[in-house]
Amino acid sequence: MKYEVIVVGGGHAGCEAALAAARKNHQTLLITGNIKNIADMPCNPSIGGSAKGIVVREIDALGGEMGKNADKSLIQIKMLNSAKGPAVRSLRAQADKKIYPQEMLKTLNMQDNLEIKENIVEDLIIENNKVKGVILENNKKIYSNCVILTTGTYLKADILVGDTRRREGPHGEKPSNHLSDKLKEYGFTIKRLKTGTPQRIDKKTIDFSKTSIEQGDNKYLSFSFDNKYYYDKDKQTPCHLIYTTPETHKIIKDNLNKSSMYGGLNDIKGIGPRYCPSIEDKIVRFADKERHQLFLEPESLYYDDIYIQGFSTSMPKEIQDKMVHSLPGLENAKILKYGYAIEYDAIDSKQLKQSLETKIISNLYTAGQINGTSGYEEAAAQGLIAGINASLKLENKEPLVLKRSEAYIGVLIDDLVTKGVIDPYRLLTSRAEYRLLLRSDNADIRLTNYGYQVGLINEQRYKSFEQKCAKVSELTQELKNIKLTPTKEINEFLNSQNSSTLKDGITLYNLLKRPEIIINNIKKYLKNQYNDEILEQVEINIKYAGYIEKALKEANKMNNLDNKKIPDDINYDKIHNLASEAKQKLKEIKPTSIGQASRISGVNPVDISLIMVYIKKEYFHESK
Amino acid sequence: MEDTIVAISTTLGVGAISIIRVSGSEAIDLVNKITKTDLTKKQTHTINYDYILDNNKKIDEVMVSIMKAPKSFTKEDVVEINCHGGIATTNKILELLIEKGCRLAEPGEFTKRAFLNGRIDLVEAEGVMDVISAKTEKSLSLALSSLNGESSKLIRELREELISIISNIEVNIDYPEYYDIKEICNKDILPKLNNIEKQINDIIVNYKDASIIKDGIKTIIIGKPNVGKSSLLNKLLSEEKAIVTDIPGTTRDIVEGEIYIDGIKLNIIDTAGIRKTNDIIENIGVEKSLKLIDEAELIIFVLNNNEIITKEEQELLNKIKNKNYIVVINKDDLEKKLSLKEEKAIYISTVENRGIKELKNEIKKMFNLDKIDTKDMTYISSSRSIGILKETNSIINQIKEAINNNMPIDMIEIDLKQIWNKLGEIIGETYDEELLDQLFSRFCLGK
Repeated sequence: MKYEVIVVGGGHAGCEAALAAARKNHQTLLITGNIKNIADMPCNPSIGGSAKGIVVREIDALGGEMGKNADKSLIQIKMLNSAKGPAVRSLRAQADKKIYPQEMLKTLNMQDNLEIKENIVEDLIIENNKVKGVILENNKKIYSNCVILTTGTYLKADILVGDTRRREGPHGEKPSNHLSDKLKEYGFTIKRLKTGTPQRIDKKTIDFSKTSIEQGDNKYLSFSFDNKYYYDKDKQTPCHLIYTTPETHKIIKDNLNKSSMYGGLNDIKGIGPRYCPSIEDKIVRFADKERHQLFLEPESLYYDDIYIQGFSTSMPKEIQDKMVHSLPGLENAKILKYGYAIEYDAIDSKQLKQSLETKIISNLYTAGQINGTSGYEEAAAQGLIAGINASLKLENKEPLVLKRSEAYIGVLIDDLVTKGVIDPYRLLTSRAEYRLLLRSDNADIRLTNYGYQVGLINEQRYKSFEQKCAKVSELTQELKNIKLTPTKEINEFLNSQNSSTLKDGITLYNLLKRPEIIINNIKKYLKNQYNDEILEQVEINIKYAGYIEKALKEANKMNNLDNKKIPDDINYDKIHNLASEAKQKLKEIKPTSIGQASRISGVNPVDISLIMVYIKKEYFHESK
Repeated sequence: MEDTIVAISTTLGVGAISIIRVSGSEAIDLVNKITKTDLTKKQTHTINYDYILDNNKKIDEVMVSIMKAPKSFTKEDVVEINCHGGIATTNKILELLIEKGCRLAEPGEFTKRAFLNGRIDLVEAEGVMDVISAKTEKSLSLALSSLNGESSKLIRELREELISIISNIEVNIDYPEYYDIKEICNKDILPKLNNIEKQINDIIVNYKDASIIKDGIKTIIIGKPNVGKSSLLNKLLSEEKAIVTDIPGTTRDIVEGEIYIDGIKLNIIDTAGIRKTNDIIENIGVEKSLKLIDEAELIIFVLNNNEIITKEEQELLNKIKNKNYIVVINKDDLEKKLSLKEEKAIYISTVENRGIKELKNEIKKMFNLDKIDTKDMTYISSSRSIGILKETNSIINQIKEAINNNMPIDMIEIDLKQIWNKLGEIIGETYDEELLDQLFSRFCLGK
């Protein structure tokens, strides 16, 4: 049996990749070490967060699954930064760790053109630098046109606790021992990365009276633009907040050398994430901080594990017991699972094209932690793009490459392939230059067309999207058309809003520009009714028009550069005067556009000018 | 590459006319911001009589040519301003345009655009490559040297302050549930902004190069009667064909004459008022004469080669020790009777017309004018710096307005980043703080 696409790994990247390819009518095989762990959440029990929540919305707009699946399994949800501007609002949900994988597996099982197989992949079949399939543990070969590697932390995974190192993945699963060596043979640079996870505590043994409660938002929210709600907003499961104590800090300091990372093991090569340090790191690096906050997050409604967010550690078990017992409310807590660090192999993401196809071996794609990222959302986003682009390649079509001004997914992938990673990469709003354009509320407006074009957004969904767009322009027009006159009633209303009264007439549109006026308070003057989503969209467009315009102008400049293509066969050695560092980096990264080249560190504006003049001279001279 | 760029396309100096060229999609709009008439209503390929305004103050009477894309040298919209020559005016216009949003063109950039847009041919393009790559070192050193050390340090400190605010806001956004981290809000920012604005204003005011360019160097010539002050002044004036005026200057001093040394103006302040009744030498205690010496940026102290130095002269010499001064010994043609201890001096003879060139060279050295005169680039980079500083302050005012309007902090932060970038542009530090990387990769520095 020959497949069109083989996806290796059933995590968040693998599920999106497999679904995208199968939905685009390509015979797809998903190979996973253990079907039970499909779409597993081995770390925190939450989906979304700052910037990440927007990524989930983007995945949904492109026709991916994560948003829908999170909606089905969430037990608490809130809009982060709701007191700040619209650009930085982002959803974060506590997802039920039992339901999330269960729902995803259901979706996979119901998907046409998709088969799932349990096995371990240890090698690839490669002919003339083109991938032809995979070789399993038992040396059995399976052929395909494209392969997508989404191996997560399973390449030579080592679990580290205190002074012990065991060759296994999360949940004691079997890792792939040879695949990364083979990749190295094929020319990939292999990096060693590390991440970690905290303890899980038995809920029944926690005294919650010593904690403060953290509730979800008191309104219905969803990641997916389907806007379906599977939960009762009045019955959300809360989280709880506690702080480390001086006792905790003392235990950690006294036992620091027993942590795997601080002397417990002397063969640590992996580089851990700067943005998600272990509790040991926090206490060493911020020695003057008296306390660190920890969230107690419920993992599931179906079992009692409580996750201690912010307490990841690689201390020996007996020290972890002491650490946990020093926390308020956890004096008698029972640890169900101990924290650990995990080391794994990853490839150098600079060896990828913007499409996530590798530069060395054609038709081979990689997505997720193998590319050096961390986070479920980052993984899912790459998986979706890899799945789409492998399919487009099979269809002889141009790959889907999102711009930095179009999506956080564009920022993520461009950072990976242009700048590379040193420590596990996490998306942050500050990584986006134009975050005002990349909002949670407008992810569908930005990306639904792409999702529709590649065939992952169905007609029904597209129609409702078009209706939404029509409503937005209708409301905008109505606001421009309706003029309030300085009547007594209107001026009394304005007084009540602490807004200056009218002498002349004013359109609702211009009235809405006043900072103190919100759309919900003036919608009574409209003729037609609009839902909250439309009202919000139009309000943002009007209130922040100045800022949005400025961002668009800047984004256009960058897009112009991104639209200037660099030919594949360009010979940088022939460009005189190019700085040697620039030359070396350009040869390594092989940027496809002037824009991408300009974002490579060590490539200066002068080098860019030289490249542009050279290209014009060599390639376009005849067309003058 | 869609920036609108500006450059002075004629050689700077005291020539009759200077041309300032602007190219890019916003060329007409940006120039329109500083002209009296509405340029957007003008036809393409027309020359228009106009005035350049700075906040309604007339700067110069000019002719403005408009060439709309694609029928222009760069195939972009191009505007050329023909203004009256003279460094002060030309630079002022350049500064205004940068303040309004133009970017100072890199060397060769107009030609580069012309080539990329298919306006000129391959042979010319070879030249472009050379210009582009040759300029790197010079432009970098110029960018860094245009500010004095003090101002660069200040800008660096302002950037530090800004980045600490910016990063705090970023953390608030990316880690919204970290309650232990201080949540920065608009009212925390306002006093800091006021401080930054004030400091930027100070930098603008104290801009040494700029004040030299704009106002000239306040110079007095002192010495005993009959030592040759007037002859020296006349020599300097006639050499430079300068205008002798008696128009009161901005400083209430009587300006006896203006001379230009390589385009930089020396305002010679007349000491006549004092001279008539009491010679300055004999009245060094007189408050006014001391004040005059105090305010001068350059003192030319003339002695007579043919006479022994007097006690008063020696005392005066001590008085000016911590000022910019040049000792000129006149009457070099006569017998040497003067002896000066450890004093560098320029020997001249106004009668035989010797030593004037040496004196001018000394003045150039003293004010670093020799560095400037090679390419006139330092003036330009000062205008660039001032233009950007003024633009920065206008962004600060926009931020204040936005704060008044209760804009959310993350919007405010977008503008804070812009200020941070603008200040970085002046001192040559880029957004990603990659300047050091770049410096070390491109130039062999250190060991």
